[in-house]
Amino acid sequence: MRAFTTLTGIAAPMPAENIDTDQIIPARFLKTIERSGLGRHAFAGLRYEADGSENPDFVLNKEPYRRAEILITYDNLGCGSSREHAPWALLDFGIRCVIAPNFADIFYNNCFKNGILPIRLPREICDALMGDARLGANARLTVDLERQVVCRPDGTEIPFEVDAFRRHMLLEGLDDIGLTLRHDGAITAFETKRKQAEPWMPEIRKTADGESGTSQKV
Amino acid sequence: MAGRTLFDKIWDDHVVEKLPDGTCILYIDRHLVHEVTSPQAFEGLRLAGRRLRHPEATIAVVDHNVPTTDRSLPIEEPQSRLQIETLERNVREFGVPYFPLRSRNQGIVHVVGPEQGISLPGATIVCGDSHTSTHGALGALAFGIGTSEVEHVLATQTLLQKPAKNMRVTVEGQVGPGVTAKDIMLAIIGTIGTAGGTGHVIEFAGSAIRALDMAGRMTLCNMSIEAGARAGLVAPDQTTFDYVKNRPYAPKGEAFEQAVAYWTTLASDPDAVFDREVTLKAEDIVPSVTWGTSPEDVLPITGLIPDPASCDDPARAASWRRMLEYMGLEAGRKIAGTKIDVVFIGSCTNSRIEDLRAAAAVAKGRKVAPGVRALIVPGSGNVKAQAEAEGLDAIFRAAGFEWREAGCSMCLGMNPDRLTPGQRCASTSNRNFEGRQGPGGRTHLCSPAMAAAAAVTGALTDVRELVPAEEPA
Repeated sequence: MRAFTTLTGIAAPMPAENIDTDQIIPARFLKTIERSGLGRHAFAGLRYEADGSENPDFVLNKEPYRRAEILITYDNLGCGSSREHAPWALLDFGIRCVIAPNFADIFYNNCFKNGILPIRLPREICDALMGDARLGANARLTVDLERQVVCRPDGTEIPFEVDAFRRHMLLEGLDDIGLTLRHDGAITAFETKRKQAEPWMPEIRKTADGESGTSQKV
Repeated sequence: MAGRTLFDKIWDDHVVEKLPDGTCILYIDRHLVHEVTSPQAFEGLRLAGRRLRHPEATIAVVDHNVPTTDRSLPIEEPQSRLQIETLERNVREFGVPYFPLRSRNQGIVHVVGPEQGISLPGATIVCGDSHTSTHGALGALAFGIGTSEVEHVLATQTLLQKPAKNMRVTVEGQVGPGVTAKDIMLAIIGTIGTAGGTGHVIEFAGSAIRALDMAGRMTLCNMSIEAGARAGLVAPDQTTFDYVKNRPYAPKGEAFEQAVAYWTTLASDPDAVFDREVTLKAEDIVPSVTWGTSPEDVLPITGLIPDPASCDDPARAASWRRMLEYMGLEAGRKIAGTKIDVVFIGSCTNSRIEDLRAAAAVAKGRKVAPGVRALIVPGSGNVKAQAEAEGLDAIFRAAGFEWREAGCSMCLGMNPDRLTPGQRCASTSNRNFEGRQGPGGRTHLCSPAMAAAAAVTGALTDVRELVPAEEPA
């Protein structure tokens, strides 16, 4: 995963609540077996007309927001489906940081796994940052994860909170799996202990054709 | 020491190790895998040279992409076929148990898990799908994860997590005729909002919840995510144990008795403290439908479409206007009587045998209204077979419903079953987001009985006007 330290970039304002992951990336684009290439489909329903042409009113179709690296929205960004295709699409578009009063849990988590920093800030501050964002290309925001501040174009700094563990992983660009596997001994010990405490937990046997041969209850 | 909640107990029993900052390595008992959110995870394993830690704790099934037509036909959409073939290659290569498309056991992952006894009380269950919350109905801690976490579980059988907060939603009393688990859940979401449960696990409690059968509890927990919650839970009780007993992958004989003894200890302690409590009266809940494009936009079927002019918050009023425009609805009018084009009865929310029975009770002896397309999509091959054994398919066919094969179908517009722009659908699924059922499609969420009522009248209809009050709906 790419590390996140500081980012200076154009922010796009999207003053809407409940922007769900179906809006960020509609289900018809989830048929890929890869992570990359989803950027052109990000916000497809809002970004394109039925004939495939661009909707000129949609913020990410306007200059300078076509080059946005930060997205600012209202409450509950990323609600709905768990699809990690949502942060993949944002990342592929170029978004590395999302700012909102709050986020849906799974989306919030998925962002960190992909080097996107989600920042929770009160709604009035999101409003102020959207005001900055509307000033366009000369009004870039700087997000400094090391110091945990968002720097506005006028130089004022807005502190934000982030979980220390997630911050560390993001700053270092660390792989969760590698970290967990360092605790392999503890996992094995736990498994041994549980096998004794809960011997009833059955194993799912491999079924060649899926038919277990037992009569099924529904 | 203060008492512990059901969530606390399951959590505590699965903590492998607590890291210095409070992040926990949480052990995962069951991992359900489907074709959409797993290819990149298996590819990650391959690239890193990693194997599955526990294939025997994993089960794979195809559901999102599959057509719900004749299973002997090839899958026409090349990308869907590729995703399904990719899963089949991955389960072979990594040794994962799998229910293939032609198996009777195939179906929607959240129908299959409980049906097979793979989902068990007290277990931790994950899947790369937000509706994994469904399995909480068994008293399991079950939640959706992203693909990076799917890979993490495949490789380590654990997740890095911090505990959620505890929330309890209590529904006391007895619901009236025609009121189902779906209506209870829509009422809850309407009350607390789509972000009301964010950061929390919701335990559903109270006499109205205890009275629900397992299918109803699954409907409830399924839509916990629509209230923003990480997971939903119902404490395991005799209803749960009776449901689990004798299922193919459930413990048997003495092992089952041992398991029940443990499961019985999981209920929240009387002195357990919840971070948030919400209480509803069952008698206040009526058959409900959504009018907007978020599941919190709920109305009793007797209600009026909201008027943005009466909304104090300008941002909200603007959002309502946009929703009314998208939905093609007029503020202030009755929601009942709104003409519909399509009826979809299915999805991980409402495709179990109990749901089909409820819909059939309304459809029996009636006809689908002219011009309406009505689909019945059983949640699994087993549900389909059971329904056919009970003659439900004959009732539906006689009424003019399409009787289809198991899959996610029209819930999410990823397979051939989808709405065309402007079509209006009474749907038993879980999300009424813009474009969810197909670009430009308009979704009204409701119960199977309400959806069947819409099918036979051609409009959103109060099912209580169709079903005599003394009969169960």
